[in-house]
Amino acid sequence: MNLASDQLLEIADDELILGWRDSEWTGIAPFLEEDVAFSSIAQNEIGHARALYEIAAQRLETDADALAFDRSPEEYRSSQLVELRFVPDWARTIARRILYEAADAVRLQWLEGCGDGEVEGLAAKIELEERYHRMHAEMWAERLAEAPEYREALAELWPHALGVLPAELRPGLAERFPELPSSEPVDRGEHADEWPALWEEMTMVRRVAPGATW
Amino acid sequence: MVSAEQVWEALAEIPDPEIPVVSLVDLGVVRDVRISDGTVRVEFTPTFLGCPALEVMRDRMAQRIEELGAEPVIEVVRDDSWSTDRITPAGREKLRAAGFAPPAPREAGEPTLLQLQRGSFRCPYCGSTDTGLENLFGPTPCRSIRYCRSCRQPFEQFKTI
Repeated sequence: MNLASDQLLEIADDELILGWRDSEWTGIAPFLEEDVAFSSIAQNEIGHARALYEIAAQRLETDADALAFDRSPEEYRSSQLVELRFVPDWARTIARRILYEAADAVRLQWLEGCGDGEVEGLAAKIELEERYHRMHAEMWAERLAEAPEYREALAELWPHALGVLPAELRPGLAERFPELPSSEPVDRGEHADEWPALWEEMTMVRRVAPGATW
Repeated sequence: MVSAEQVWEALAEIPDPEIPVVSLVDLGVVRDVRISDGTVRVEFTPTFLGCPALEVMRDRMAQRIEELGAEPVIEVVRDDSWSTDRITPAGREKLRAAGFAPPAPREAGEPTLLQLQRGSFRCPYCGSTDTGLENLFGPTPCRSIRYCRSCRQPFEQFKTI
């Protein structure tokens, strides 16, 4: 049975928008290795978004670019965790990476057994790449474990992280962060204050030159 | 009428757009070639989903098949059937000779950071295993950066997926 298109779009929107946010560090990360890492991670996330949009587009009889760039800001189904803008705050950026990758791992595990063959196959492929994102996040989690800014950022973003997942998957995420208190999730639906500005930037070329090809 | 063998031979001549020393067949991204009624169907398994070379690979395969006088259909297989274990032995050797350390064989279970930091990875220049992980990420999604303490040379190590 096909996964609901809305669910596919939620995941695709998360990956696309996080890809944009991570790419904001290209050229200005604290050191060169992280410039490279964030650019590469962003590229992967946008690749995942594209593959997810392609499946959704086929089913909705449209194309992936139309789904990625032609919707109004209100129509996006992204979670607030990925919409928040953190540059130049490294502690929050890393806290988001760790929380998002953990939530994404729970979600991918669920997708791999969701009963929609095409999505299951893609989830298995995405998982192989996400492992490297998790290793990167874990390396930073270890390095920043005692930093107060990082610990505050984790606590601050925890409700947003819970909101990435549907209610039934949240316990799986909470298990991974036993030190964080139970809290009221920031659900999808409402967008973050920073979202309209990112949407403007992200869809600008498409709006200025509709149907442009490269 | 073109034969499957001719198509495989033609595809084996298409260089990888980013690392032209290896061909698409060396990379193992061609899973199957089927021919019926003048149409050549190629099952193409992408490497990394965010890799910008994928479209170039797809277009070049289509172009090459058209040159053989057949109608190409390139089916993109979006699942986990491609892994770095599908790179052929010849492909691995060509990578190494060009200064890229080929991917380590896949192991059961997820690769871990500890394995990448402590494991034995061979320098493609001097052959030493006294190498360290510099960065999990590199110039493209498929590569990491390592440093050889023996010949003091950084090198690109293919990730295992």
